[in-house]
Amino acid sequence: MAAVAVTIPKTAKRGEVIEIKTLAAHVMENGFRRTQTGELIPRDIITQFVCTYNGVEVFRAELYPAMAANPLIAFTTVATESGTLELKWTGDNGYTATHSASITVS
Amino acid sequence: MDRRQRLHGHAQRQHYRQLKVFALLLVAVLAHAGEIPLAERRSGYDFMSRETRSMQDDETTNPALFSLMEGETLFKTECASCHTDMKGVAARYPAVKRGKLVNLEQQINVCRTERQKAPAFAYESKELLALSAYVGRQSRGLPISVSADEKHLAAGRTLFERRQGQLNLACSQCHDDNWGKSLAGTPIPQAHPTGYPIYRLEWQGMGSLQRRLRNCMIGVRAEAYAYGSPELVELEYFLLWRARGMKLETPAVRP
Repeated sequence: MAAVAVTIPKTAKRGEVIEIKTLAAHVMENGFRRTQTGELIPRDIITQFVCTYNGVEVFRAELYPAMAANPLIAFTTVATESGTLELKWTGDNGYTATHSASITVS
Repeated sequence: MDRRQRLHGHAQRQHYRQLKVFALLLVAVLAHAGEIPLAERRSGYDFMSRETRSMQDDETTNPALFSLMEGETLFKTECASCHTDMKGVAARYPAVKRGKLVNLEQQINVCRTERQKAPAFAYESKELLALSAYVGRQSRGLPISVSADEKHLAAGRTLFERRQGQLNLACSQCHDDNWGKSLAGTPIPQAHPTGYPIYRLEWQGMGSLQRRLRNCMIGVRAEAYAYGSPELVELEYFLLWRARGMKLETPAVRP
């Protein structure tokens, strides 16, 4: 289960700066910790986050082991035209999560 | 009276005066060391950074959100056939039920094992944290209103004020006497459990009040009481009574 929570304004004025807030449920196991018996816990993190706006990439983030669990990524973009925003997280062990939202620009 | 006697008398008077000053100082220190006056109580929220506070306040970025979502699903499938409105419930726990003091987590498990004939959830399991967070959320903003059961309160207070562990520290020495000062760079809060279960950044996840209490006990090198032990529930009860009237913030974010 890849749960995400995303906040994107539904409407905006053309040229307006909009804030997109995302939260992805993930343990972000850094790969350096060991169990009580000394075995290494394998790394399990989100490695990449990409946001496209009508197919054009507007934001990309690369994530590393020092990121906390349930990473919160907030960023801004300019509302240019009505359409959809596609968000995609990818990570270790085949983790993927997607979210899409439409925005009406007037 | 010859000169020597007079001198001696003078020295004695001075000695009494010093004693009196010392006694006054002692009284002042003792008075300070007591309980925090009701009006001066502050939630742990007030000691947090601006960033952490906004993380808690904004429901879309509060990381306890995932636990709340899971709790809502669980509640709707497991509990909703009997329970509808849980507003204010979390503000009344721990409570004495059938002669026994139980906290919210224990009451959820009583409901499961006795009425649903289902297995109890383990302490700190995702399910139990999710359900208690979801039920707690319904009371967000309401004043904490636990009953005042003398016997259990006294037991909880004794534990709060008793020195324990290799560091030989009582809860009250930090949280009553020295709140607001720093311990290894972090402010010492007043220990009002206003937002449990919490999302603690240090844990990178959710945890109950008992987990937090056990943390502190391990911190003073004491042997922590087991989850669900009567001592921990009594301590929880005393702490919530101590925070009576303060607003519930569940689910809170703490550093």
